[in-house]
Amino acid sequence: MPEPLDQVLHLIFDEYQEQLLEKWVESQLHSDGFRSYLVQEDELREQCSSFVTLFVNCFSKKNHPDMTSDAWAPMAALLTDIAKRRTNQGFTPSETATFVFSLKRPLFHLIKEQSQADAKVTERLWEISLVLDTLGLFTTEVYLATREEVITRQREEMFELSCPVVQLWDGVLGLPIIGTLDSKRTQLVMESLLETLSSTQSEITIIDITGVPVVDTLTAQHLIRTVSAAQLMGARCIISGIRPQIAQTMVHLGVSLGDVVTKSTMAAAIKYAFEFQGLEVNPINK
Amino acid sequence: MERIPILHVGTLLLVTIQVDMHDRLATNLQEDLTHRLSETHAKGVLIDISALDIVDSYIARIVGNIAQTSRILDAHTVLVGMRPPVAMTLVEMGVTLEGVSTALNIDKGMLLLNKIINK
Repeated sequence: MPEPLDQVLHLIFDEYQEQLLEKWVESQLHSDGFRSYLVQEDELREQCSSFVTLFVNCFSKKNHPDMTSDAWAPMAALLTDIAKRRTNQGFTPSETATFVFSLKRPLFHLIKEQSQADAKVTERLWEISLVLDTLGLFTTEVYLATREEVITRQREEMFELSCPVVQLWDGVLGLPIIGTLDSKRTQLVMESLLETLSSTQSEITIIDITGVPVVDTLTAQHLIRTVSAAQLMGARCIISGIRPQIAQTMVHLGVSLGDVVTKSTMAAAIKYAFEFQGLEVNPINK
Repeated sequence: MERIPILHVGTLLLVTIQVDMHDRLATNLQEDLTHRLSETHAKGVLIDISALDIVDSYIARIVGNIAQTSRILDAHTVLVGMRPPVAMTLVEMGVTLEGVSTALNIDKGMLLLNKIINK
């Protein structure tokens, strides 16, 4: 014979599912701090409905929620989808988690109504559970905020590390660029390049973009700006390391590098720079 | 009236701008330079702006005009010693300085001018 509580649950799932769903959606829409502009009511209702259906389904198959098991797989998929959407919609982690937790109130309420359990005890249980949930969510928020800080710091460090200007030869500078070129980085790259140009009085700079994954119109524009700034100061720039796919994309996009000298490899660029300076590399005669 | 000195060195005219450029000074320079060019038949003009912290679009245009006028009077213009912040600002403003060659310092500028003239 099943436990009395199980009977109540079955009763709720079978008879009161509609009511549960309705109450849940209502409670979410009217809860404190719910930001209705982030999500449409229709979308929320649809998510809730799918969740309740799946929840009843999965819960009756297997009581213990093991998200890796087959029984809970559809639920895992649904929650992944919802969580991803909410991340993009701008919900906080707590708000996203509260979507699931908020089902507890209407569910507890129904259980209380349908079972003969002591009303006072269930009320206290609910309160305790609410407090614990809030505390748990708080730790998640703090954890995520800390992680975010770490990521921000690492990004800043990467910025500083990622635009070294190296002196290849007397009067020849090398600027290997690794990673995507956005406006902020271009600014940094440009600054450090121009400063080094002025301090070393180098005539030629080789900008190597082997490590740049994509060159779109914006990246090309950033490159051209760096090159023009160097030219204004009286230095020449060579762009090297344009990969075949990137060259194709650039032509496809109609991106033009103007009259900037381009070389396929850093080696070819160095050779060109030497020629420009009237230098030659010869083997030593023994 | 305040004027920027123009030095005649060999076949070149050398202009070193040591004071803050204002618009009147720039127009004066353009006039003086044109006169000196026709007087001296110089083949090159070297403008050193290494002391300038600010170059606005008007000054940039005057430099462009000087280069064009010099070209008509059979002389080449080389602008030398532009500071990094100035270069960045000019690029930001979309100034290209058509017809003006650039060099890092006076020494390199002279080499470049001699190369162009002797071609």
